[in-house]
Amino acid sequence: MDTPILRNNFKSEEYQINMGPQHPATHGVLRLLLTIDGEIIKKVEPDLGYIHRSIEKMCERDSYQQIVHLTDRMDYLSSHINNEAVCLTVENALQLEVPERVKVIRTIIAELTRIASHTLWWGVMGMDVGALTTYFYGFRDRELINDIFEETCGARLTMNYNIPGGLMFDIHPNFVNRTKEFIAHFKTKLPEYDLLLSGNIIFQKRMQGIGILSKEDAISYGASGPVGRASGYSCDVRIHHPYSNYDNVKFNEILKTEGDTLARYQVRILEMWESLSIIEQLIDNIPEGDFFAKTNVVIKLPAGEYYQKVETARGELGVYINSTGTKNPYRMKFRSPGFSNLSLLNHIAVGGKIGDLVATMATLDLVIPDIDR
Amino acid sequence: MNITKSIHEWLFSLMPEMTASIVEMVLIAVIYLAIFAVAGLYLVLLERKVAAWFQLRLGPNRVGYLGLLQTLADALKLVSKELTITEKADKFLYNLAPYFVIISALMALSLFPFTQEFQAFDINIGIFFLIAISSIGVIGILLAGWSSNNKFAMIGAMRSGVQTISYELSVGLSLLTMVLMTGSLQLSEIIEVQKHGWLIVQGHIPAFIAFCIFLIAGTAETNRAPFDLVEAESELGAGFHTEYSGMKFAYFFLAEFINMFIIAAIAATVFFGGYLSPFGITESIPLLGIFWFLAKTLVIIFLMMWFRWTFPRLRIDQLLILEWKYLLPLNLMNLILMAMMVLLGLTIQF
Repeated sequence: MDTPILRNNFKSEEYQINMGPQHPATHGVLRLLLTIDGEIIKKVEPDLGYIHRSIEKMCERDSYQQIVHLTDRMDYLSSHINNEAVCLTVENALQLEVPERVKVIRTIIAELTRIASHTLWWGVMGMDVGALTTYFYGFRDRELINDIFEETCGARLTMNYNIPGGLMFDIHPNFVNRTKEFIAHFKTKLPEYDLLLSGNIIFQKRMQGIGILSKEDAISYGASGPVGRASGYSCDVRIHHPYSNYDNVKFNEILKTEGDTLARYQVRILEMWESLSIIEQLIDNIPEGDFFAKTNVVIKLPAGEYYQKVETARGELGVYINSTGTKNPYRMKFRSPGFSNLSLLNHIAVGGKIGDLVATMATLDLVIPDIDR
Repeated sequence: MNITKSIHEWLFSLMPEMTASIVEMVLIAVIYLAIFAVAGLYLVLLERKVAAWFQLRLGPNRVGYLGLLQTLADALKLVSKELTITEKADKFLYNLAPYFVIISALMALSLFPFTQEFQAFDINIGIFFLIAISSIGVIGILLAGWSSNNKFAMIGAMRSGVQTISYELSVGLSLLTMVLMTGSLQLSEIIEVQKHGWLIVQGHIPAFIAFCIFLIAGTAETNRAPFDLVEAESELGAGFHTEYSGMKFAYFFLAEFINMFIIAAIAATVFFGGYLSPFGITESIPLLGIFWFLAKTLVIIFLMMWFRWTFPRLRIDQLLILEWKYLLPLNLMNLILMAMMVLLGLTIQF
């Protein structure tokens, strides 16, 4: 009875499969070269460059006012925060004191951006695990924020509301009321998110215990934002290096210790509550005053190196400017959160199934133009 | 029905017996094809409308009154599309695969008694035949995945094989539980028994458990969410039909909806009395049977759509754990429970 079947030595072979650059789960033109054994992932090799526009090089060509506009096209879901990062760097270099009013408005809009980004992430996250309805719920609430933005600065996605020294325009008279309306609306709608997806037993079973990232790995891979915080790594720039008006508001840093996909999911949901509380603290106390500080038309930074980091919806965005005293930067570098978060994908996805990879990737919340730049 | 009887007699008086029966078969096949197409198209529309209601949208509402012609327009578009075939595909199997899927769905449809007399094919092994026929469909899916020569399609096809083989057990066993009460596999007789109360009432607890299992396993059988791992668009692109276009894709698409109709129709027939009206309120008008049958089927279809638009997808190992560790043992115990009940005469009959 020594048949091959009984000896059970089927030869299994690993094979490679291209996930992307055109694939529904990669949310853009990311190409993942997967090595798979059956359904089990053996290796994930991200391949970048499909949407590389050499933004950093273009920055060397442009004036500082123009650079702000380029940063919209990096992480387009937190465009306002990207703009803010560049403006803060330039303002720090010029040692320019911006009015309080600007700081407060920037903070409010940054938090609205964060909520908008997280609602979109939530909708897409649901789609990635097969629950298509979440997408529309997420977009319903995001649309209201976009309307506020549209009224305030004319754009819905690539906002360009910041300029070095302040804001492009003052807020619209309706801004305060509409933001308050949104807060009231969203407070009733956010629990729906839990009813529809978070509480679902299938969803919880799928998310628990996959894509586990330990705190040590989170630090060594440079994870930031909700990805790092879900692993217990306290890395919120808003708390550790407060900028704009974050030192005047009270909010909690959401920390989880599990480090799995479900923890990353919960961190983002809870962050939306925190953002709401930040906006609530500020919306009634917008100080009167100018909406910009006067700068020269041609901004020349003193020679030297400048660095500023901010917390975008995805994590820590660092802006590095090396100036030689001319009107253009000599070298400009962005430290994008998505790039570091993508680099740990291979580490946490190996050993899981294809479905796990998709779920894990969804909670990393990758925006490909942010990674490629 | 008298009309069918008179057509039958008229045909046989017109030509020799052999030709007459062939003509009659062709006629019936054409009628069923028409039902098939219309049911498929309007289930697609219903699905889109239901999805829209769940998703805070309006759904198709431009083509025709309330969008009633939308899917017809879509079908026309699909017919006019080019049938592409990849270079490395196994051409014969690739072209054959959609027919397996569509024919198995069509054959299963012929078994259902829409009213007491509107039934094309009433055989004494009805339930058994249904299960056997509907499992042919998976061969088409496997062939499609294999012959496309595409890794995503292949993964989808292998998933489909694993899934259908597993869940067929639950479908079969839960129906077997009900057959214990009817004592017959013939669909018309199963309905006859239910004149003393629908089987889900007659068999109360075990029948309800069997219905739940059947609904879960049936959803899995039709490869719909939350068991749509075969297509899993966020993981595999489109799964087994990635490479199909035009009408060949439409066959797979329509077959999915017809299969859903079939699962719902089996549930309506076996658990909820098929064409029988509740409490016998319209028994005097047999033609209304078709209304009751469709109403019950549609309610169950709505349930399945509800699943699809609210639940996330399972992972492949969870799918198998659910079947082999939970549904199958529960089903076997339920079978024994039902057998005891029938033996001890604990069923409820009016």
